[in-house]
Amino acid sequence: MQARSIIQDSGSANPDLANAVVYALEFAKRMGTSGAVAGVSRTSGYDLTVRMGELETIEHQNGGGLGITVFMGLRKGSSSTSDFDRQAIEDTVRAAASIAKYTAEDSCNGLPPKDRLVSETADLELDLPWQIDRDQALEIALSCEETALSSDSRIVNSEGASIGTSIQDSAFGNSDGLLVAGRKTRHSIVCSVIGQTDSGMQTDYWFSASRDPGALDSPQSIGAMAARRTLRRLDARKIKTCSVPVLFEAPTAGSLLKNFVGAISGGALYRKASFLLDSLGQQIFPEKTRIHEQPHLKRGIGSAVCDDEGVATETCDIVTDGVLQKYLLSSYSARKLGLETTGNAGGTFNLTIDPGDRDFDEMVKLMNKGLLVTHTMGFGINQVTGDYSQGASGFWVENGEIQFPVEEVTIAGNLRDMFRSLVEVGNDVDYRTGVRTGSILLSNMAVAGE
Amino acid sequence: MENYIEIARKTLLNPAEVSDRELDQLLGKMIGKSIDYADVYFQYSRSENWSLEEGIVKSGAYSVDKGVGLRAVSGEKTGFAFSDDLSLEALTHAAQSARGIAQGIGSGRSGLLGKGSTQVPVRYSGDNPLQSLDEDAKISLLERVEQEARKQDPRVKEVMVNLAGEHNVVMIVGHDGTICADVRPLIRLNVTVVAEQNGRRERGSFGGGSRQSYEFFQQDERALNYAREAVRQALTNLESVDGPAGTMTVVLGPGWPGILLHEAIGHGLEGDFNRKGTSAFSGRIGEKVASDLCTIVDDGTIENRRGSLSVDDEGTQSQNTVLIENGILKGYMQDLTNARLMGQSPTGNGRRQSFAHLPMPRMTNTYMLSGESEHDEIIESVNNGLYAVQFGGGQVDITSGNFVFSATEAYKIENGKVTQPVKGATLIGNGPDVLTRVSMVGNNLELDSGIGTCGKDGQLVPVGVGQPTLRLDEITVGGVVV
Repeated sequence: MQARSIIQDSGSANPDLANAVVYALEFAKRMGTSGAVAGVSRTSGYDLTVRMGELETIEHQNGGGLGITVFMGLRKGSSSTSDFDRQAIEDTVRAAASIAKYTAEDSCNGLPPKDRLVSETADLELDLPWQIDRDQALEIALSCEETALSSDSRIVNSEGASIGTSIQDSAFGNSDGLLVAGRKTRHSIVCSVIGQTDSGMQTDYWFSASRDPGALDSPQSIGAMAARRTLRRLDARKIKTCSVPVLFEAPTAGSLLKNFVGAISGGALYRKASFLLDSLGQQIFPEKTRIHEQPHLKRGIGSAVCDDEGVATETCDIVTDGVLQKYLLSSYSARKLGLETTGNAGGTFNLTIDPGDRDFDEMVKLMNKGLLVTHTMGFGINQVTGDYSQGASGFWVENGEIQFPVEEVTIAGNLRDMFRSLVEVGNDVDYRTGVRTGSILLSNMAVAGE
Repeated sequence: MENYIEIARKTLLNPAEVSDRELDQLLGKMIGKSIDYADVYFQYSRSENWSLEEGIVKSGAYSVDKGVGLRAVSGEKTGFAFSDDLSLEALTHAAQSARGIAQGIGSGRSGLLGKGSTQVPVRYSGDNPLQSLDEDAKISLLERVEQEARKQDPRVKEVMVNLAGEHNVVMIVGHDGTICADVRPLIRLNVTVVAEQNGRRERGSFGGGSRQSYEFFQQDERALNYAREAVRQALTNLESVDGPAGTMTVVLGPGWPGILLHEAIGHGLEGDFNRKGTSAFSGRIGEKVASDLCTIVDDGTIENRRGSLSVDDEGTQSQNTVLIENGILKGYMQDLTNARLMGQSPTGNGRRQSFAHLPMPRMTNTYMLSGESEHDEIIESVNNGLYAVQFGGGQVDITSGNFVFSATEAYKIENGKVTQPVKGATLIGNGPDVLTRVSMVGNNLELDSGIGTCGKDGQLVPVGVGQPTLRLDEITVGGVVV
């Protein structure tokens, strides 16, 4: 067996998975492949849901998969399986090798440059199990939902409260000697309730999620927030069609950054399917905007020592003073574009837009008059042209204050214009996902209503 | 179906060396006092995916997934566990986890297995589509589709073609010892093109699929027609102008625009939401929720359709369920649990993404029946409005009833004529309200080309939609021209 040192991104790694990766790579070599990449993962945990004060479901998870890509010169083939035994690994490697006989030669195929592979172990503290038994989980979920249900007589029904906790073990390696292994935990509490008045029903939810169970919000505060968010939507109405400033509440504002990430990703760029072609070094956002990645944050939900290809991740700016500093590339898309990988195979790691000084209320004041968007719906985003048209609900704002809830309207524009029209980012940052942003105010969008 | 049960045994149980006696004992451990229902769902799935871009087939992938999901239901409580290991030890462990939802232990009763097996009509062939063409022929199919797209017009700059196939063997063993099996093929081919003119780029996309062999794509130049249609859409969009914002009359073309029905009423009529009273349609059976012109069904029995099933994932025979008849709400779509709790009959809509997911009420093929009007007559009836013919996806908030669906090809209607193409826009409406505004229904029902995938609670399942040409007197259109 080739000597490999295991690089870890957390305190612990499962040797069985690392062994499966090593065996897959060895077998791929025996099959005469010129290079190979293998990854395995296994998730265990459970989701417990209560509804209307009663236990409703317990779903136990225990499953995983192994995936392998082999190279035969400049051709490649991939295969995956849910099985980890030696026979299954061998069958999977053979299937990938067989596919590589039929795919075409592609001069951009291959492993990432060796000198870019992650080489140092770091403890990012991603493995933080939640030491609770079923009865404790049940109690947390019940107390969360009860807080929501008892908060107001207009809260009449519930979609339940859930506790989720999972441990994901993974190992990943390639034929250049890379072997990375680690364990990540994820825990969540979510609550969703229904409010009703004569005009109809509305629902909303709130959740807390973290790798660290100690960082979760209290179940009572999550329940209370779910109720508050539901109640404020009651008696929503349409507004007249207009052209006004739009404030995206922080939990929704992340979607704008995801649209930006999609447009500067290698896959969209080399296919010329992006509205941000040839935009490196160009002013995409207003001058004060900074967008950056923080892959090595301890306990971060989007933290990792390397990307999906094993390339070391790095802390860096994507947008400085509003100017695009780098695309997001894998080794393949980098070769297609004649550039170098940026360590973004699989996406970004704790993408962050620097907040301004205003809290949420001050952001509403700053907008003065316009639409506060709390939810968007739909698939009306065209990555080739940047055309944006989504369903929306939220609140009408006038004189710097929220006036009434709004529903059944659309917001439309073009993402290029929308990015340039960014007025301010709030300091009400939402840390629950891998995209960290406060509320975002845009100077103008078309709102279609009555 | 006997045949399928034998296939399932050979594929699933024999390699894991699980005998009938052991399976019987396993059921004995799961049932018992306070358990109303329990089942074991075995699945063996093989799938492949081939992608062409820049003129070459760059990647291919093959997957084998197998596993078992075990469920125990007690009143409104459900315990669930799954395993990708089919050994008796893993099954027993999963059974204990699932059983943990109810107090007490299993009765240990045995001698149940094989008490019955469900015989139902088969809606598709059980042959493995992955083997219906050899690898060279799959590659050559992708290449021909690509060439067809490129030769349509020099403005076509990028062509991406994707071919996917799946062969699923499932076996459902109910707590009463009944065994049911299904063998399900599923294929899909999709073409996306980017066309360029004077520095402007636009996309067009079209595809189709079915539950049969890959030869489906070779019949009647079907796959080549997908390429032609994708190019047509991209070229049309190169001419599109900014669209209107506001409430207006919209004519929806036949076929895939039936995504309207899936979002506006389909999800809201799923049994789980109605049992819990969380749907805007809850408690409204017998009420008028659409204009008299509207009759809408969910039909899982259509031969070879993407959304069809011989049996659902709980072993209930698929059926044609009337949801709305002449505007009156008639019924919900049910799985076993929600049907039992609501005192209704299951409708064959209990579906799950895989063994690792719990079944719930899901749509199959949801469509509106033809009406009386001619397509042209509907267009001519509109003075000033929008004609929308192709859509991306849709989404619904079942509690408020608000839903969206996003047009990717649309035109202005001016003085009864289809004129200028406009840029894609999202349409938004309210489910219980929107169909009351249907004022004309065409005589031209079409089903979609077999591309639908529906997501609910994170689970994806293949579905179909369809409708004739429809006139909606009023719906909000999300263009940019205020």
